[in-house]
Amino acid sequence: MIEFDNVSFEYEKGKPVISGMSFRIEDGEAVGLIGANGAGKSTIMKLLLGLVYCEGHVLIDGTEVSKDSLHHIRQKLGFVLQNSDNQMFMPTVYEDMMFAPLNYMVSREEAEKRVDAVLARLGLEDMKYKYNHKISGGEKRMAAIATILAMEPEAILMDEPTSALDPYNRRLVINTIRELEQTKIITSHDLDMIYDTCERVILISDGKIVADGRAEDILRNKELLEANHMELPLSFCAR
Amino acid sequence: MEKALSELGQMDELAVMESPIHDLNAAAKLLSTIVYIITVMSFDKYDLSGLLPMVLVPVLMYQIAGIPVHTCFYKLRIVLPLVMAVGLFNPFFDRAIMLKIGTVGISGGVISMITLMLKGVLCLMASFLLVATTPFDSICAALRKMHLPRTLVTLLLLTYRYVGVMTQELAIMTDAYHLRAPGQKGIHVSAWGSFLGQLLLRSMDRAQELYSSMLLRGYHQHFHYAPGKPFRAKDAAFLILSCLCFILLRHINVAELLGSLIVR
Repeated sequence: MIEFDNVSFEYEKGKPVISGMSFRIEDGEAVGLIGANGAGKSTIMKLLLGLVYCEGHVLIDGTEVSKDSLHHIRQKLGFVLQNSDNQMFMPTVYEDMMFAPLNYMVSREEAEKRVDAVLARLGLEDMKYKYNHKISGGEKRMAAIATILAMEPEAILMDEPTSALDPYNRRLVINTIRELEQTKIITSHDLDMIYDTCERVILISDGKIVADGRAEDILRNKELLEANHMELPLSFCAR
Repeated sequence: MEKALSELGQMDELAVMESPIHDLNAAAKLLSTIVYIITVMSFDKYDLSGLLPMVLVPVLMYQIAGIPVHTCFYKLRIVLPLVMAVGLFNPFFDRAIMLKIGTVGISGGVISMITLMLKGVLCLMASFLLVATTPFDSICAALRKMHLPRTLVTLLLLTYRYVGVMTQELAIMTDAYHLRAPGQKGIHVSAWGSFLGQLLLRSMDRAQELYSSMLLRGYHQHFHYAPGKPFRAKDAAFLILSCLCFILLRHINVAELLGSLIVR
């Protein structure tokens, strides 16, 4: 369970990015964090991952995110970065996938098994020994997801997982996300993808929660979305 | 820039080729390379004839490794002129004639300049051969086994990885510049300051994100290097034989010996 309890955060004094925010995400939920640029979505991710610290309480399975609990917390949360180039820094996909399990003291044999299982599950067996600098953007995004799955995290956080992908690869990533059984928190401006992958949506504006509820209700609310610098998902407009 | 990036990637590909040299243990190759470099550097600045046979070692190794020698010179084309420039002023300061070829006198400065250049090139060739036949992670693992400080080895590994990041940023910025400065060759001097400043800031941003990505996947100042190839009898044999060969070449002037045999 992930819990934000009266969280406030500011990068510069007097300019709050998050103000008194509280929400709770139960195990296995898929939640979309949406909002205009600068609304505070990425900061929420950073707070969850302990990359920045705040006033109030951020709890992961009842453990407060703090310097002392970071190792434990980060083992539970896998984060897929927006720019896969920044995530895949080892020479090959295989080495990148081995990186996290080895850091968490999983034996090399066990880590190898995990890597093979994840690659088989995502249908990426051919990519195992491919060089990161030689794979396409779509392949890299899938590989980035695979590196996180090899960690076997309890929750997966994704920052704009479908940005800069062609329609085929976008659909591939969406289908992959849908099949993940872990708790998912996804930030994106791709509201069609959010609709396809999340049952719950939290709409953020100026560091505050404006709406929190069923994806169906929030993403179909034209007035609400437009008041917060967003638009209806394209698939709704077409209908 | 795209070419530079691709070349960087090619180094990793070269390192996983298959050959008797690639098959050797990283520590054996690393030690042998260090001994070779020390031996080369220990030659006197006028001992060109003694140094010349040392050329045979890398040439032979490149052949066995299946890596064309020109690959090394091509990839090191930016560094080579710097190495070559090391002894450039020696002929002006050391004019005493040391050798005569026919009626042409060769000064000590010229000989020491060529010796210094050759030393530099040989050291580069040996280092390149090591990197081109051994994955960088394995070299780092070997350095750790030699008890080099962990921080230093990690720094080395991350520098190697970040070179690619900086090159990518440089490529993006150069493309953006040229698209708005058509027909201009290179980057105008007036833009150098802001260009370099931006490059530094962008590289730092990306490096920070990369580092965050490492931290989020459990990194805590300790790299788990792949086990690599074990140290076997053939690695020990290679190490001992190569070091013996270097020591022999250092103490026996093969070029002079061959010359005297021909003269007799």
